Amino acid sequence: MNFKTIITTIAVLGTGITLAACQMDAYQAPNPNGSELWSGYKTATAETRAMQDDDFANPGMPMVDSAAALYNKKDGEANMSCADCHGAVDDPKGGSKGLPMKGVSARYPVYDADTKKPINVELRINKCRTKYQKAKEYKYESDAMLGMTGLIALQSRGIPMMSTADNPSDELNAAWKAGEAFYYERRGQLNMSCKHCHEDHQGELIRAEVLSQGQSNGFPTYRLKWSKLGSLHRRFRGCNGNIRAEPYGYGSDEYLNLETYLAWRGRGLPMEGPSVRK
Amino acid sequence: MKHTKFMTAAIGLAFVGAFAVNAQAADMPKFTIVNDTIPASLTGKPGDAANGRKVAIDRKKGNCLACHVMPIPEQQFHGHVGPDLHGVAKRYDEATLRMRVVDPKVLNEDTMMPSFFTTGQHRVTKKFEGKTILGAQEVEDVIAYLKTLM
Ligand code: HEC
Ligand code: HEC
Ligand code: HEC
Repeated sequence: MNFKTIITTIAVLGTGITLAACQMDAYQAPNPNGSELWSGYKTATAETRAMQDDDFANPGMPMVDSAAALYNKKDGEANMSCADCHGAVDDPKGGSKGLPMKGVSARYPVYDADTKKPINVELRINKCRTKYQKAKEYKYESDAMLGMTGLIALQSRGIPMMSTADNPSDELNAAWKAGEAFYYERRGQLNMSCKHCHEDHQGELIRAEVLSQGQSNGFPTYRLKWSKLGSLHRRFRGCNGNIRAEPYGYGSDEYLNLETYLAWRGRGLPMEGPSVRK
Repeated sequence: MKHTKFMTAAIGLAFVGAFAVNAQAADMPKFTIVNDTIPASLTGKPGDAANGRKVAIDRKKGNCLACHVMPIPEQQFHGHVGPDLHGVAKRYDEATLRMRVVDPKVLNEDTMMPSFFTTGQHRVTKKFEGKTILGAQEVEDVIAYLKTLM
């Protein structure tokens, strides 16, 4: 598969779509990324890029394959599989209920009317586990959850991230605002905010690492350092901990708001999960 | 984001104020700012440039190499986030360098460079809460080292 060509084509397409959307939208917050929108793939090492370009070399894939089996396995008191309701994971029609996995990761987080908060793919999976399968939740950073989010992300590969959460009429706007405040707030003994590294100094070397824009389009990510797939919230915890700031919990309100805000910063970037990084 | 920045700066200043008043507390950073410089040594003792160089390299202490190119050839991977520190002593006097290391936010409220001798940041991990990144003598050692970069 020539993933790079697909990505480039879709990136160009995606930019077109975003531009068209801008013209239609009544409200548009200024783009904080600078002149160019880019994924961490651009500054990743040649080694990790090659792994990401080839699904057979991508070390995140075995976990995704295990999740594909889980997806089709009946579970819980309801004795139903994900596929019983959603159809095959790559069914563009999404089975009898018309709820396909394609495009989900590019659209999420969305607003959950039950909790009045953002819901991300992880929490959505668990909601189906408890509400429909009557099964136990997956632990946030468990192999099953990472594989399942990877499997679902795979169905959005090449689709541009879309978020209109900056629009005051969007149900996610309050979460977007809270996420933005978090992004620009200094924290930790080293007293930095996300923007110091990923906005002001993007593209620059911090010791041996090139700072990217810190985009979320590649998650879950296989990190060589973790030697396994990891969630976006795990990365948040790492970026907090590195500046000696107390991290927040997996699936916490703070991180859900931040995830909502990052999805907006990345709007137009094609999805590339499960990606591979150092 | 203007508002947020202003708030951060205001909180920062409040803390500097607090240090001045609360000069008795044992591990509270004490220093006097004069026209955006700190003329007086933090310890009254001269700094040790050789140790300052070590502190600058140490990832758990100064970690200056994360962001600066420095004349430290035995270390690989110098960061490029801040200016090259070759010849920095020609550009700044000791009092300005001390201000820069103690609390660079006084010089540039939006800087990414950490304040190495302040406390009171938001949400610091338990292990480092209430502690400065460097001790007073370590700051003086780093200043002594920076002064050799002519
Ligand atoms: C001290 C600098 C620093 C700060 C502050 C920081 N990060 Fe990072 N972050 C990094 C580095 C280094 C990496 C790995 C290289 C890269 O992609 O930038 C990284 C990676 C990331 C990634 C993965 C990008 C990818 O393509 O895989 C995300 C997402 C991210 N950071 C988000 C954040 C968020 C959100 C914050 C604020 C809560 C934050 N970071 C604060 C240094 C920082
Ligand atoms: C009994 C039927 C049923 C089962 C079993 C089920 N789901 Fe769902 N799922 C739904 C319905 C219905 C929705 C729409 C939201 C709602 O009504 O709660 C949904 C929504 C979703 C969504 C969000 C789709 C979107 O477009 O926003 C995802 C992702 C999802 N399910 C994943 C899964 C996964 C993964 C499993 C297996 C672990 C699973 N579901 C099992 C019925 C089911
Ligand atoms: C996280 C990145 C970072 C770290 C770590 C860091 N600095 Fe800086 N430093 C900067 C940046 C960025 C500037 C540019 C000026 C500004 O932002 O205010 C700077 C500026 C300076 C300057 C002024 C240089 C000039 O030519 O104007 C000196 C001196 C300096 N730093 C010394 C140090 C020392 C000594 C250490 C270690 C104890 C250190 N820095 C650690 C980011 C950093």
